Parts: sequence; C-alpha cells; structure tokens
Amino acid sequence: MDAVSKSHVFPSPIGESVTRVDALEKVTGEAKFTDDLQFGAGLLYGQVVRSPHPHAIIKRVDVSRALALPGVRAAVTGEDSDDHIGLYLKDRYIFCRDRVRFVGDPVAGVIAVSESIADEACRLVEVEYEVLEPVLDPLQGVQEGAPLLHPDLGEYVVADFIDPKPGTNIANHFKVRKGDVEAAWSKCDVIVECDFRVPHVQHVPLETHVAVARVDQTGKIILWSSSQSPFAQRNLIAEALNMSQSDIRVIAPYVGGGFGSKAGVSVEGTAVVMARKVPGHPVKMRLTREEEFYCAFVRQGLIARTKVGAKSDGEILAMKTEYYWDAGAYTEYGVNITRASGYSSTGPYRIPNVHADSYCVYTNHPVGGPMRGFGMPEIHWGIEQIMDMVADELGMDKVAFRLKNCLRGGDKNVTGMTMHPIGLAECIEKASKAINWGEKAPASAPHKRRGKGLAIMWKAPAMPPNAGSSAWVRFNEDATVSLGIGGQEIGQGSFTVATQMAAATLGVPLDWIHISAPVDTKYSPYEWQTVASRLTWSMGNAIVQAAEDARRQILDIVAAYWDEDPNDLDVKDGQVISFKSENAIPLKDMVVYGLPLPDDQGWHGGPIIGHGNFMPTYITSLDNETGQGQRAVVHYTTGCQAVDLEVDTETGQIHLLRVASAFDVGKAINPDQVRAQMEGGVVQGASTAILECLQLKDGVPQNPSFTDYRIATSVDIPDEIIPIIVEVPQDDGPWGARGVGEHPMVPTAPAIANAVAAALGVRILEMPMTPEKVFLAIQEKLGEA
Amino acid sequence: MATHKISFNVNGIRETAEVPSNMTLLTLLRERLAITGTKRGCDTGECGACTVLMNAEPVNSCLVLAVEIDGTDIVTVEGLAQDGQLDPLQEAFIQHTGVQCGFCTPGILIAARALLDRNSKPSRREIKDALRGNLCRCTGYTRIIDAIQEAAEVGG
Repeated sequence: MDAVSKSHVFPSPIGESVTRVDALEKVTGEAKFTDDLQFGAGLLYGQVVRSPHPHAIIKRVDVSRALALPGVRAAVTGEDSDDHIGLYLKDRYIFCRDRVRFVGDPVAGVIAVSESIADEACRLVEVEYEVLEPVLDPLQGVQEGAPLLHPDLGEYVVADFIDPKPGTNIANHFKVRKGDVEAAWSKCDVIVECDFRVPHVQHVPLETHVAVARVDQTGKIILWSSSQSPFAQRNLIAEALNMSQSDIRVIAPYVGGGFGSKAGVSVEGTAVVMARKVPGHPVKMRLTREEEFYCAFVRQGLIARTKVGAKSDGEILAMKTEYYWDAGAYTEYGVNITRASGYSSTGPYRIPNVHADSYCVYTNHPVGGPMRGFGMPEIHWGIEQIMDMVADELGMDKVAFRLKNCLRGGDKNVTGMTMHPIGLAECIEKASKAINWGEKAPASAPHKRRGKGLAIMWKAPAMPPNAGSSAWVRFNEDATVSLGIGGQEIGQGSFTVATQMAAATLGVPLDWIHISAPVDTKYSPYEWQTVASRLTWSMGNAIVQAAEDARRQILDIVAAYWDEDPNDLDVKDGQVISFKSENAIPLKDMVVYGLPLPDDQGWHGGPIIGHGNFMPTYITSLDNETGQGQRAVVHYTTGCQAVDLEVDTETGQIHLLRVASAFDVGKAINPDQVRAQMEGGVVQGASTAILECLQLKDGVPQNPSFTDYRIATSVDIPDEIIPIIVEVPQDDGPWGARGVGEHPMVPTAPAIANAVAAALGVRILEMPMTPEKVFLAIQEKLGEA
Repeated sequence: MATHKISFNVNGIRETAEVPSNMTLLTLLRERLAITGTKRGCDTGECGACTVLMNAEPVNSCLVLAVEIDGTDIVTVEGLAQDGQLDPLQEAFIQHTGVQCGFCTPGILIAARALLDRNSKPSRREIKDALRGNLCRCTGYTRIIDAIQEAAEVGG
C-alpha cells in the first residue's frame, strides 16, 4: 500500500494524476453497493407485477390469491399511488392506476419474506386488461388520429421551459427559427438532405437497479438506493406522496454504473410504496438483468430529418432539422432531452439560418431516459454524417471543412448566445494529426478496406437554470478534514477530484481529506443531481468556496493569536505560516480547540467548519417561437474524435485500429481521470455504434439478456486509443475546469460511420453498424455497380 | 426443499453450512455469509461480476450450486490480499486506474488472478481473451489490460 500513499504527496494536487481515492476500497471488495448492505432478519422482498401489453386499460386488479400465499405480507396496486410523479412533467403514477403504457409498466406489487415467494405471488395476481391500439413509432404518434397515450396531458404539472401539446402525443415541442432558411437555400451551391435513425439502447450498468425502503412506525421513510440523484429522488417522492422532504432520507452508497439510468426516480418509487404497507420492515426491490432490459430507462430512439446547404467555398449557410424522439410511455428526462437537442441542433457550427423542430413523442415503448450525452450522441449521429456528405459534395477535405465552419470563441451560436472561449479547432487539429489525417495507409489484407473519419461535438449541461451545489469542510482533531458533498461517485472519479480541490484550497496534504460518504440526504449538503457532467464544475465551485470559508476562519484565528494581519498569513502543507514574521503553527494545534489569546485573556476560535454553495445566476430563457435568447446554458464542452479503421468486406466486420479523442476540458484537474473518461467513452460509443440495439417488436424487447444484447467486451476495443487534453479555461470553472464525463461518448459513432464511408463508399444511416448491415450495404453497392 | 450439509474453505477459513438444493454459491456467499465483494450482475453466467476461484479455477458463482462446493477451496476478492499485503494485481489496478464504478472489478481481479496463475507472462491478446467473460461498462478495458500486464511484469 506504500505506492498509494506515495502518490498522494504533491505540492499542489491540481493538474496531478493522483490515484483514485476509492480505488483501494474497490479492489479489496470493501466498497459497499446498495445490494451489499445487510438488513437482518426483518428484510422483506418486493416484486412487481408488470403489464404484458404495450397499451391497455386496467379493468380489474385482484391481489387476494397472492395475499393468501404463505409468506406474503402485503400487496399494493394503483390505489396506493397517491399522486403523479415526474421530473419535468408529472405524467405517471408509481403503480399504474387506470392504464398501462408499456410492456413492463408496474401494475401491482407484492411483499414477501423471500424473493421466490414474491415471484410466485406475482403470478397469482389477477389483472384484467382492455387492450388498446399501441403507438409504436414516433412518426405514427404525431399523426392526427393516433391513439392518445395521455388524454390528461393538459392537466399535468410541468416545468415552465417544457411545452406539451394537450390532445396530442407531443410531450414537448422545441423550435428554433433563426435567419431565413427558405431564402438561404437559393444561395447554396450544395444542398444535402438525409434522414438518420438511432434505435433504443440500454445503459447496461453492471449493477442493476436496486433500492431498499423502510417506513418507520411514525411514517418517516429511509431509502437506500443506487442513485445518481439522492436529493432529486427525495424531492420527487416527497411531492408524489405529499410528504415533507425532511421525512424522507435517501442514503446512496457507491453506484455500480449509472450513465443516466439511475438519475430521477424509477425502481425507488415502487420500493417506497410497497414499504408503506409493512411499517418497520425494509423492503428490497432489485431488478433482474431481464427486468433491467424491460423496465429501466432506455436511451430514446430518434428519427432525424436533416438538410444542410453550403456555398462552393465551403461556408455553411443553412440547416433545417426535424427530430422525432421516441420518448416511450413517460418522459422523466425525455422532454428536456428534446429541448437540449433543439438548442444544440446545429452541432458546433456557425450557421446563420436555422430552422429546427424537436418533438418529444409519447409511444408505447420503454420509458426514455437520459444516457451519457443527453441526446447529443443521438443527434450527432446525423449532424456529423451530413456534414461529411456536404464536404464530399463540395469536394472539400473534411478537416478543412470543419475548421472553416466550426464555432470559435465570440461566435454567435444557434440560439444567439455568444460562445465563450473554446478549443474546438485545436481539438480538430490535434485529433486528426494523431491518426495522420490525409495520409493513405494500406489495408492489412486484400479483402479489407481502410478508412479514416472524424466527427466533432458539443454538449452543454442540460438542466434547470438554477441547479445548485453545496459543500462543507469540517476539521477533525488531527487536522484531517471531513468533506461533505452531495454529488455521487458513479465511477467518473468525482470523489477524487473533490478531494484534490479541497486539499489545494485548504493547503493540506491530499490524504488528509476524507469524503463523508455515502451521500445521505439527512447529513450531506444539497446537490441537484449527479448528471450532465456538471460536478467538477458546479460542485467543484461549492467545494472551493467551502474550503476558502474554512481557510479564512483559520487565518483570522491565527492572526489574532500572533497579532498579525491575516493577509500576511497562508496555509501550506498543513500548517499556518506568516510571510512577515515567519511564524508557523500546525493546523492540528488550532482547528478544533482554537488558540489562547495573549496575556491569559481567554480563548479564540473553535471547531472549524466551512461551507459554500454555487448556482449559476446568469441563465436566461429562450423565446418560445424562435429558440433565441441571451444565454440558455452555462457552457459547452467541445471536442473531436478521429478514427482509423478497417472493414472486412467478406464479413462486414469493423476493426478499429486507432481512435484519437481530443476534448477541451478547460483544465484537467486530474489528467489521468480525464483520459480514463475518454477511453471509456470511446469504447461505450463504439459499442453502441457497432453492437447495440434494444430490439422492440410490438413494444416487447426481443433481446433482454447479455447473450442477445451484446456490449463491447475486451476483444472488441480499438487497438489504440489516443486521448488528447485541450485546455482553454472556463471563466467560472474551478481552475478553469468544465465537464467531460459524457462527451467522449458523443462523436464516436458518427466518426466510425464517416470512416466506414471513407473505406467503402457506403453510408450507414441507422445505428448500429452490425457486420450484417455493413455486409449487406457492400453487396448493395456492388449490385449497383 | 431438501437441504445439504456442506463444508468448505472461503478465503482460507473453514465454513460449514446447511443449504437448500437450489441455492447458488453466489447467494451463499452474499446472503448467508455476508461476503459481498463478489457481485451479482446477471444471474445467468453472462457478465462475470460474480467470478470466484473454486479450487483455483475461475467460475461464475451464479452458475455453481452451493452443494457443489462441498470440500473445495473458494477464493473471493476479499481473499486476494495476504497478511495485509495487496495482491500485485490489486496494486496495479490502483496505479493504472483499472477501476471506475468498481462493480465489475472483483470479478475481473479474480479472472486475472486465475490467468496469471496459469500463465505468468500473458500477451495482450491472451489477457483480452481471458477477460471475454467479464463485462465492464465504464473503463473501456484498456487500463484493466495495462494493469494485468504490469502485475505480470512485477512477477504477480
């Protein structure tokens, strides 16, 4: 363990690749995940009866036979759902009341002494349905006369930046009207029009969703859950059950993979409603892998219709886009993904004339949720392919085309916001150079074709304008520090970066900082959610403030003790020093017990606790008709990926030789962790690009297992991933940092598609690029020839 | 359901248990013995998160019945460190950031231990092949492979 502590000794830990603070726990089996917690003999197991129909009216639910089974303690139905729940649009009950809207929708629940009895009891619940015609495609869903999923849409509580259309299946419609697109087409020398499709994919966290709820005899709730959003869960469940937030406590241990699927409320709600029936008993709800494929949030499907026009010199003049999101039965985050995709619909390009419509369409499919990139991987699939197609039509090099049109600091973007300084051009130059762009390389065999491609991206945190963070630092007797945060460690390294920031600001060694985990809404400071790649930036700012607050208190106490000016003092390496008098005192001598005043006049100081918070204050709304506004987002992280690959023309198999991944992170607080995010994002992106699709037939998942839903394994990864860090500082980021967790996922798929097109001369317009699909595309091209 | 008396070693400690016929080794470890480092990821032998060593062979503990371990030696991730000394693989996973969310980590460490025990100097290709049955959704595998190679180099 020597190696670990040695690596923690640095003058300032900012910009240093210190080892992860959670690594030791995680390699020893010590790290506790929700299902690892022990609840003793009182533990009961919840299981849910789910709808077998994509769309139906519930005529009758009878739980009496289930209740009669020995070992069953209680059952719940829709009548036990108090009020609607939902993050931006409250459109569902925890247990369905009158109608089911997807295969897997919770209809009833049973609570039993064992999982097997709970399973058996579920089979005894009788449900009578009146089957309705389902909506299985967003284009069908927007048509007049389509079956309505939510006749009460107009009654639902909705956030003010979401625009549902009652009487239709449109849960949100976001528009951009900028310049004059129709007039611009006539000035274009090249116009390309194309449709792209993205299927549903699953997040596939290795840890399935799990929650344990206990309601005590006074009605207060404790919820242990694998959660990216403990505070949002507390808030949403409180609102749905008409309870005080103070009477709900969410404890959130380590998360075994989230990628967005564990944000908001899903399985947790069912656990809480069931636990209310058996006060005093913890009730565990854990999804099986099969249930995870059926019932957990999915990445929404997308149909994108896109048209781009440019002048012969390569300047893009106009872009028109229609997005039809397959939102599924309810929207949780889907309505805001629709909005984010609308206000990011041009990609990171400078385009004067833009016409965009983004529709969130209810369908009888699994519930769409956020997945790593929040709509951006889906829309960049089309954006970055059509930009390549335009460059092809122009006969222009694809790197040069992007460098000519990409956004730079000071440009106005699609919503009229002035771009902050960004290093996108630098990312393009560095990523393309890393794969020797422009140099032809031979394929490794006569039946293989080699190609290079690239894609660029942008993504802003998509969140309410006032999403906030808070933090506290508390000194212990030996001057070690308890750091309180409400942001989660879901694998992205947030605890490590938080530790680095606190240590750097306080002036103490890194290994003096200890995160007060697990996050517990009863004790931890408020954090909106662990989503949107926002923690390093937002929670980081709160941590810096909290640490500065503590530091100021320390300097004031010591200055009084020495009779000096606090401005002459500093904290370095765990002691307070004076530049003037050269006095020094270890922090442990004063951070809890204070210091005596001169001449036996008593004592000064007291246990040091510092607090801080952060919330962006400058976000303005967007005009409902034009999508224009001053500043709708906090910032955009931008980047570029360049791919060098080979395709086997006999099998259709894509082999990734090299992927260069360059992102402007503002400042890499921990460069190694940034590179780790890039590598993980490249592989996850490549996995969705080549392998993944949740196949839905009449609303029923056809491949709900790892055998049939393949994700990338160790043998599927690129031969080489080249992570490149670009640092153009963010003005309001801690040390200039902005987020990067999601971003490397975004351009991977279109970069691969562009390289495949370069290799074969065929375009794949719908993910995933399976060997079968690629092979058939090759055959089709040969047929045409 | 019939029950069976079994005795076995877990991480060097002698245990006895009376288990029903249909109980898996994974459930025995996690829910009876509260040895929870071994993770439940799919229950169908597809993800590898539950990998343990059974008489030095890697097995998916969700596919092994508890009765089958009668008389065997089981090693879980908790048993990798010896006398307070981390296994070289554990050290290398820390140094190379072979860990993100950490849920697949115990199973991968065990699979890697089994690999190095039968092949002390595996090639990159051999490491990749040995990990085929262990899914990781976070890291992209590269650093895991780096870490295993490093552990092999230091004689782990």
